[in-house]
Amino acid sequence: MKNLKYLVMGTLFGVILTKSEVVSWFRIQEMFRFQSFHMYGVIGSAIIVGILSIQLIKRNRLRTISGEEIRLADKQYSHGTWLGGLIFGLGWAITGACPGPLFAQLGSGAPAAAVMILAALAGTWTYSALRDKLPM
Amino acid sequence: MLDFLRQPWPWYVAGPLIGLTVPVLLLLGNKALGISSSLRHICAACVPAGLPFLTYNWRKEAWNLWFVLGIALGGLLGYRVLGHPEVIAISAATVRDLRAELHLTDFSGLLPRELFALENLSSWRGWVFMVLGGFLVGFGTRYAGGCTSGHAISGLSNLQWVSLVAVIGFFAGGLLMTWVVYPLLF
Repeated sequence: MKNLKYLVMGTLFGVILTKSEVVSWFRIQEMFRFQSFHMYGVIGSAIIVGILSIQLIKRNRLRTISGEEIRLADKQYSHGTWLGGLIFGLGWAITGACPGPLFAQLGSGAPAAAVMILAALAGTWTYSALRDKLPM
Repeated sequence: MLDFLRQPWPWYVAGPLIGLTVPVLLLLGNKALGISSSLRHICAACVPAGLPFLTYNWRKEAWNLWFVLGIALGGLLGYRVLGHPEVIAISAATVRDLRAELHLTDFSGLLPRELFALENLSSWRGWVFMVLGGFLVGFGTRYAGGCTSGHAISGLSNLQWVSLVAVIGFFAGGLLMTWVVYPLLF
């Protein structure tokens, strides 16, 4: 089954998010109040390792395990980049979770996570319906 | 080894491992790390309602749904099997501020019960924290074209200036909520 490897990667990712406590609402509050280095350390070191890895992939023209060329799409700018970013940020500080942690919280057995995921789906759906009317 | 896995992992262990997810997903199958897209795929699969933005072959992106299913399994494994502290050791200053400003007394678990217990859905505060909060996460991430994983980790790793704009937006929104809106709510 070709998707099994992504299930395994997701599981590892979920364990890392949980064990590093970035799935904690309290940690997110601590971050937005600048009262601990923890979250900045996690995000910052993840980005540094990510940058180095991508440079390594690009410079060595590495291919996927099935021999495909690795392609990285450029992110496209729109007004939504900052407007949507701002809206997500407001939600991030309320729920104390971005989408990844919401799924990890659900797995950890927090019932509120189910409500928040349903609400997030409603938010995504509403965006899809209003897309033509939003500044882009 | 098991004892090591059981304690909370420090940032310098967890951060690099999260960063390594980016190249591993690329090497495994040209997949760009990004989690909020799964919300779009679920909408497209369940309630496309003829909307152009939800009309596409979401099955081609099924890997993303397997990935988030894995995250949930990882949450179960990391929290219930590998164990967790009853109270997460956040800084004393945060505890003091949350007590004084948000009147929290219970610091156990991943989410403060006083705000996120399901019974709170009978009051406006529960709706703000669970429903409005979740809605803003789902709406904002799609409008911004990504979340913390897609923009902050994946996008910045690939030196995308667009992702930097998005991440500045994420932080501006979070700071606005924490420092301006919270004091009005409590």
